[in-house]
Amino acid sequence: MDITFTEEDLAFQQEVRSFLDEAWPEKMRLKYRRTVLDRTNKEDQMGWQQRLAAKGWAAVNWPVEHGGAGFTDTQKYFFDLEMTKAGAPRMLPFGMTMVAHVLMKFGTEEQKQKYLPDILNSRAWWCQGYSEPGSGSDLASLRTKAEDGGDHYVVNGVKTWNTLGQHADMIFCLVRTSQEARRQMGISFLLIDMKSPGITVEPIITMDQPKPGFQEINTIYFEDVQVPKENLVGEEGKGWTYAKYLLEFERGNAHSPGLYETLNQVEGMARETQSGAGALFDDSDFRDRFNELKIQTMAMEATEMRILGSLSAGQNVGPESSLLKTRGSEIGQAISELAGEVAGYYGLPLDQSVPLDDDDFVPVGPTHFNGVSQKYFNLRKTSIYAGSNEIQRNIMAKLVLGLE
Amino acid sequence: MDLALNDEQLLIKDSVERFVLNDYSFDQRKKCVAEASGYSEENWAMFAELGWLAIPFSEEDGGLDGTAIESMVVFEQFGRAIVVEPFIPTVVLAGGAIRLGGSSEQRKRYLPALIEGKLQGALAFVEPQGRFDLHDLTTTATAKGDSFVINGYKAVVLNAPAADFLVVSARTSGAQRDTDGVSLFVLDAKQAGISRHDFTTVDALRASEIIFENVEVGADALLGEAGEGLAVLKQVIDEGTFAVCAEAVGCMEVLYKDTVEYSKVREQFGQRIGSFQALQHRMVDMFMAYEQSKSMLYMTAAYLEKGYDEEAQKYIAALKVQIGKAGKLVGQDAIQIHGGMGLTDELSTTHYFKRVTVIENMFGNSRFHLKRFAALAG
Repeated sequence: MDITFTEEDLAFQQEVRSFLDEAWPEKMRLKYRRTVLDRTNKEDQMGWQQRLAAKGWAAVNWPVEHGGAGFTDTQKYFFDLEMTKAGAPRMLPFGMTMVAHVLMKFGTEEQKQKYLPDILNSRAWWCQGYSEPGSGSDLASLRTKAEDGGDHYVVNGVKTWNTLGQHADMIFCLVRTSQEARRQMGISFLLIDMKSPGITVEPIITMDQPKPGFQEINTIYFEDVQVPKENLVGEEGKGWTYAKYLLEFERGNAHSPGLYETLNQVEGMARETQSGAGALFDDSDFRDRFNELKIQTMAMEATEMRILGSLSAGQNVGPESSLLKTRGSEIGQAISELAGEVAGYYGLPLDQSVPLDDDDFVPVGPTHFNGVSQKYFNLRKTSIYAGSNEIQRNIMAKLVLGLE
Repeated sequence: MDLALNDEQLLIKDSVERFVLNDYSFDQRKKCVAEASGYSEENWAMFAELGWLAIPFSEEDGGLDGTAIESMVVFEQFGRAIVVEPFIPTVVLAGGAIRLGGSSEQRKRYLPALIEGKLQGALAFVEPQGRFDLHDLTTTATAKGDSFVINGYKAVVLNAPAADFLVVSARTSGAQRDTDGVSLFVLDAKQAGISRHDFTTVDALRASEIIFENVEVGADALLGEAGEGLAVLKQVIDEGTFAVCAEAVGCMEVLYKDTVEYSKVREQFGQRIGSFQALQHRMVDMFMAYEQSKSMLYMTAAYLEKGYDEEAQKYIAALKVQIGKAGKLVGQDAIQIHGGMGLTDELSTTHYFKRVTVIENMFGNSRFHLKRFAALAG
């Protein structure tokens, strides 16, 4: 056990800072900090990911032989921390931390060569096709069919809760290739080109009311979409195994750097907000509740270091990932609730600003409050997606506590 | 002690309930929101015709002499449909300030037209630095002969885009946080020197940031005595607080009932999700939070009917705290239990959730009223 950082670690932190100062300049920081909402602008997002790739820092969780950054756990921690502090967009997970891992483990040599370099260098935007209307946390209920058409599959069905698919070049899907007694059987993992005829992307307007075109989620319709058989990953009917493998990457992320950053934002807001004759941050009741959230975040960070730090490279987080997902989402929601409290009446204006050079939206009130309520609304998703927190608690009850 | 509605109050309740059930479905509400003004002028005319706009005003002013109970009945029903028509800004806030602080001439000038549905109003009382303190004002009204010149900035003024007249709080004397020296003025919303930045709120209402730049008004614009406006403003805001709390109770009723209904039909893993005990307990908590909020609302109404005294103020503070806590619990769990659907704009539940979230931030949040309660309870 050792909680001190080495000089090399601190030098690395400095290196990340210097890189960010240059590669993620003030102009971009301002563009993205106009609001607390994370709205994605494709051009900036891809440009930024390509910049990280050029530096060799795009694939933080990849093995070095595939082009991974080769960070130690401490370096990953500093990298996350500095990226978050700089307000740089997060690497989109769908290619880099999701499908890539499945391809590395289960893909053919051709698939690896065809897809991994484009993922590493952000030349292709990937999205995910798992959930279906009505499926909710019960993923195995999926009904999208892929029927044998000779050298190709014919895909028909609907995928929903798809994140940012309006920008995507490729989608990885779970499809049913046969009807089996166990619902988890007969599911296959398929890679589909988004330009294929028969695919329609329809936006879902979420309650945080993004500006048209900047929606976070979509429904995707597949109508007689032809997919070459070479796009099947692994074996037909084994898709459920691959999906479960991938889900653990989805749930095993560190939450604490992001939580600290939002706490810092809330502190900044509260220091500048007058309450009574003083600053809201000096109100003892407010400060107590702020510090309770800070301490919960510290416990989160310590847990992340204990769980994630104990893994060797390439190893997955087990059911403990449910703990990280549950507490990470709950603390994040509580912080956003506190931010809304700080904003007071300035929680009311609707913010539809987007990160564009020519964005004509005029925000209302102090910039740090823009989008505060919408962020609170948006974060309700975190206790619902990727297996709701109720499902996570069931998993822990069963797999960790041994309760049946 | 009797917390039941009397026959006359039940008649009003039935009439408003019929409106929200027959004329204010979620789709009909969407149409109102989509209007250029953000609400339906047709509905507004109907409110006038049915006498609802007249409820809180005295017979002398053309009103019905209604008490807090009649108002509560209207707002609780409005909450069940999240009615967007600007009843609170015009009738309770701007109209209330004139009702409580206006001279007979001022009342004559504004109230009959308001009751007929021909005038919209807004109360400009929030300032960015003032947070929930009504007396924390940097807007000034400087005497100039027989008139006053108003300068300052007002934040998040609900219904200002549609308003024909504004009631504005401004300092005629004293320092920024003094409780003396606060005055209220009523003026034409289109008057020279007034500029607005209009916007939409997260709960689909219209509001403005307003700049007053050398806005000159006559002495007849002053409501009540110069420097004595805070008492009226406090009471008006308390009536607004009471109104949004009644609305929140209506919202919570829909939130918890819709969630229970959904859990009876929504299946996951081959079972109705309502059969999961973990969710059953949460829905029972939602039910209890709603019932206790409704009880507090009715109790507060009974106190207000007796008179706006310290005991009634204590109940209003307690009610706002109760509503804040219950609204969060009921709203958040309604979203959670609806799952992914609960995140979409398409589902009515999200709109109720947004409304109770906004209500928490209006007229002082739970924390503000908890402190106020401590001061009043001694």
